[in-house]
Amino acid sequence: MTTLLDVVLFLPIGLFLLVLLIPREMGETIRIFSTVVSIIVFLVSLGLVANFDHSQAGYQFVSQFQWVKDPNIQYKIGIDGLSLWLVVLTTFVTPIAIMISWKGIDFRLKEFHAYILLLEFCLIGIFVSIDLFQYYVFWELALLPLYFMIGIWGHGRNIYSAVKFFLYTLSGSAMMLAAILYLYSRAGSFDYEVLLAQISSGALRFTSLEESLLFWAFFIAFAVKTPLFPVHTWLPDAHVDAPTAGSVDLAALMLKVGTYSMIRFCLPLFPNAAREFAPLILTISVIGIIYGALISLAQPNIKKLVAYSSVSHMGVIVAGIFSLTQQGLDGAVYLMLAHGISTGALFIFVGFLTDRKDSLEIKDWGGLVHSAPALSAVFMLFVLASVGLPLMANFVGEFLVLQGTIQANFVLGVLAASSLVLSACYMLWLFSRVFYGERNADPNKEIYDMQPREWGAMLPMVFVLLWLGTYSHSFMPAISVANAGVMKHVSAQAEMQVRRSEPPLTPGVIVPVIAGPANAAPEVLGAR
Amino acid sequence: MQLWLIPLVPLIGFVINGVFGHRAPKRFVNFVAVGSVAISFALVLRAISALWPLDNAYVEQTYTWIQSGNLRIGVDFVLDRLSAVMLLVVSGVGLLIHTYSIGYMEHEGSYARFFSYMNLFMFFMLTLVLGGNFPVLFVGWEGVGLCSYLLIGFYYDRDYAVTAGNKAFIVNRIGDMAFIIAIFLVFLQFGTFDFAQIAAKVDTLPVEAGFGALSLITLLLFVGATGKSAQIPLYVWLPDAMAGPTPVSALIHAATMVTAGVYMVARTATMYQHTPIVMEVVAIVGLATAVVSAIIGLAQNDIKKVFAYSTVSQLGYMFLALGVGAFSAGIFHVMTHAFFKALLFLGAGSVIHAVHGEQDIWKMGGLRKKTPVTFLTLMVAGVAISGVYPFAGFFSKDEILLAAHHHAPWMYWVATATAGMTAFYVFRALFVTFFGEYRGHAHPHESPPSMTLPLVGLAILSTVGGFLNVPHFLEAMFPLAEGGHDATLVYIALATGLGGILLAFVFYVVNPGIPQSIANGLGAIYRLVVNKFYVDEIYDFLVVRPVLTSSRDVFWAMDRVIVDGAVNGVASQARAVGRVLRSWQTGSIRTYASWVAIGSVIIMLIVSIAGGVR
Repeated sequence: MTTLLDVVLFLPIGLFLLVLLIPREMGETIRIFSTVVSIIVFLVSLGLVANFDHSQAGYQFVSQFQWVKDPNIQYKIGIDGLSLWLVVLTTFVTPIAIMISWKGIDFRLKEFHAYILLLEFCLIGIFVSIDLFQYYVFWELALLPLYFMIGIWGHGRNIYSAVKFFLYTLSGSAMMLAAILYLYSRAGSFDYEVLLAQISSGALRFTSLEESLLFWAFFIAFAVKTPLFPVHTWLPDAHVDAPTAGSVDLAALMLKVGTYSMIRFCLPLFPNAAREFAPLILTISVIGIIYGALISLAQPNIKKLVAYSSVSHMGVIVAGIFSLTQQGLDGAVYLMLAHGISTGALFIFVGFLTDRKDSLEIKDWGGLVHSAPALSAVFMLFVLASVGLPLMANFVGEFLVLQGTIQANFVLGVLAASSLVLSACYMLWLFSRVFYGERNADPNKEIYDMQPREWGAMLPMVFVLLWLGTYSHSFMPAISVANAGVMKHVSAQAEMQVRRSEPPLTPGVIVPVIAGPANAAPEVLGAR
Repeated sequence: MQLWLIPLVPLIGFVINGVFGHRAPKRFVNFVAVGSVAISFALVLRAISALWPLDNAYVEQTYTWIQSGNLRIGVDFVLDRLSAVMLLVVSGVGLLIHTYSIGYMEHEGSYARFFSYMNLFMFFMLTLVLGGNFPVLFVGWEGVGLCSYLLIGFYYDRDYAVTAGNKAFIVNRIGDMAFIIAIFLVFLQFGTFDFAQIAAKVDTLPVEAGFGALSLITLLLFVGATGKSAQIPLYVWLPDAMAGPTPVSALIHAATMVTAGVYMVARTATMYQHTPIVMEVVAIVGLATAVVSAIIGLAQNDIKKVFAYSTVSQLGYMFLALGVGAFSAGIFHVMTHAFFKALLFLGAGSVIHAVHGEQDIWKMGGLRKKTPVTFLTLMVAGVAISGVYPFAGFFSKDEILLAAHHHAPWMYWVATATAGMTAFYVFRALFVTFFGEYRGHAHPHESPPSMTLPLVGLAILSTVGGFLNVPHFLEAMFPLAEGGHDATLVYIALATGLGGILLAFVFYVVNPGIPQSIANGLGAIYRLVVNKFYVDEIYDFLVVRPVLTSSRDVFWAMDRVIVDGAVNGVASQARAVGRVLRSWQTGSIRTYASWVAIGSVIIMLIVSIAGGVR
């Protein structure tokens, strides 16, 4: 049975093919066509929101057919509260990413727009796949369009950055592939729902060594994508050398794939390992929050500063996930949306600046507020969102994440909260260097203010930013219900673990050696 | 009752002026800005009179802002006697200062931007006061900080203004971090953010003998308050905040926003009453702040800086009151201070306006004949802050001093001595400004009526405001401070205030040679005071530099060399691959598509083999 979700998933790839049919010479037509059709995809995806039962846990709009008999690979898609808003975020950001590229991208337009639509297809595919193999195909496929966007339309050391991005994420996901295949060999299915049912009913049991290895195989792939300190160094390079649309898609959408997958797979499938390693991961993410913020402070380049601030923000999201509390998870998902909007917008602004002047060194700018007051005002709004000011999207997510983190571990929660101070430091420093300053010594006299097309891209972002910040009740119920389901898996397994006291099946020699230090980790780290 | 309309109207004013203001005539901007605050003020009066006598708190729940599991945050507003007093002060004084700004900002650029920020401030401040739970109060709390930042940096082409704005925001953020952690702990402890429910739950707990969970919460809340209300150790931003236009200094950095910390502590009084150790901390920090800033104020020459340090000092008094348990006296002082300190700043603005932007008191002088209304109203303010009967400051300060004496007599004596210093340095500034000969080069003139009328209004309030018996009005919420009325103590305080004024008169009017010889005599101590005890320099050395150095020289270097170095080793191998990949970029999308297809097939093959193995 075909559902609306099939339509949302396949519209972009269909349009991708249509774009390929337009003759290369008709650049302007390709631009307008891509913009219009991507807006249509967004409007269609709103149908998902309207027809979604926000109080229902589990997948909706499920659609499946057998793709390959042996191995048992299905086409199976569906959305729940976790993926619903991420799909909508994807369809929302894509037309904006196209619109803001009108000026910056001036050659090989056809390929560029094809890649953006292909990326949209892959990202939606990742968020809606229920079959793990299908998920993996989308996961890998999504690398290609971004790789080429950086490689072809990027600047600076773009080839280096593209390869680095590619290798980093590819090596991360190699282990995930092995883990997926191992799961298949044990369960005989790639179907996430089947796997989850088998694991939570106890039909499929792992030794703690197995579970730990599987957990880390998935987690490392996701951590690279997120990116979590210390595997974050591909991100600044990729961002700095990417074209604006690439940065926007990367920051707003691609990074969310990692954290989304942590909640989707790491917690419910391997709950014991998740609980066991949560204190360790929580510690790493808090280190990442502070580390990312401190490095942002030292950046002389606007785009790099925003990129490193992403490392810090994504650390907050991971901390929320591994606080293993309802508030932490809800806040993390909410922050994914908020970060998509706020940091996505900041990268768009960086693009606006590049359109106006060919430098992103902070020292080359100053006094912009005199010649571009409207641009400054809207930029300021997103800076404030990014530092977590209330009534804007990020605050809601950060508030819940910190509440959850403090509940999990007081000291780590306090350290995570220091991002409130540090983010204000680097963001205000950036803003005052670029926008404030004397008018007389203004080297940017020729800088023009917001153009109608730029307003067209920014106003929806502003609107959503404030909506997310002031009325979270429109978005949160579905997220909360989905996370409550995740929490049930994590804690139900805990009870089962207690009830099931027989010794593990694996030879006892290996288990204590491997599991011993990991078990001891909570005490060492002072975590609960 | 529509309490939500009270903050919403200025928000609408902000949006209108923010979007259309720069293209609209000034009269339109004035109409929107002052009109929206006037409507708010009227709504406050209507709400209070409708609910009079406000024996019970009136709670208004609008909608659910955030819900996650058992955590629910509603946008709730509460009107009780405490918020009524604050609402009247904020909207009333706010209205006067908005009116004054019409004249003051007449010749400044960015007229609409100024008024839209001022309206935005009113929105957040009124939200702060009306908030019925911690998160809503925190929205206002962060929001007023934002407006403060925007307005301190209003003259954004001047480096010192931008720096001062950033400093204010960041220092405040340190306090805010403690505040929000306290909010999280409150939720973990009580399962709710609602002030009334928390108070009810705290009432069932015993008073904490040692330093327990509740003490940690109240201490963190107080750290938050020291940021917003400029107490030791976070007071350093307020003197710099004078870089903003003077009406901003009057409204935000004297009358309303900086008292938010006092209001917040009073709002959570039940918790503080259960944590005597923290109460003692509050009292001592308040007293220490009052003393230190009064000493610094003795040697300041910028008229706004003098008043800024006196604000820090007076806020210290308010915290002293809270700390010794005299919550209603603290709020009483918030009100009278709003009157006379707003008047001092608006008067200073009128003086600065008269001498075309000069702020150094030594370049003024003899202004009393040229700006008579400003002179007379400023004198009223000076007498009021010095605690002279029957002016407003006398009554509230009296309450605080007596409560302090009841708590610990030494606190009374230190606070009284500080009051003497206050009287001395405030009148020092006023005498140097208004007496003697004019030492500047401008042509001083009296300000327009839109400026002098608010001055007169505030002067009247500073004169009779003390007869509004706020402690009695708040008696239902906060028990009256014990200690009764010891006439001797009152006379000693009164005499100290008058003595300070008299000393200033002798030093700066009768015999202006004395101060210089005293300064010379003190030498190093004088230099220490002039340089504000080098607190900024110490913070710079202990905090700012280490953070910047570590971020630039340690962490970023580490990121480049260690973490990335290992990867680059791999990447250099990969560069060869990169060259191959580059040759693939033939521009033909079909080539890429076929690579994708080939890749997928390879994966399929792997899976098939794996499946076969099974």
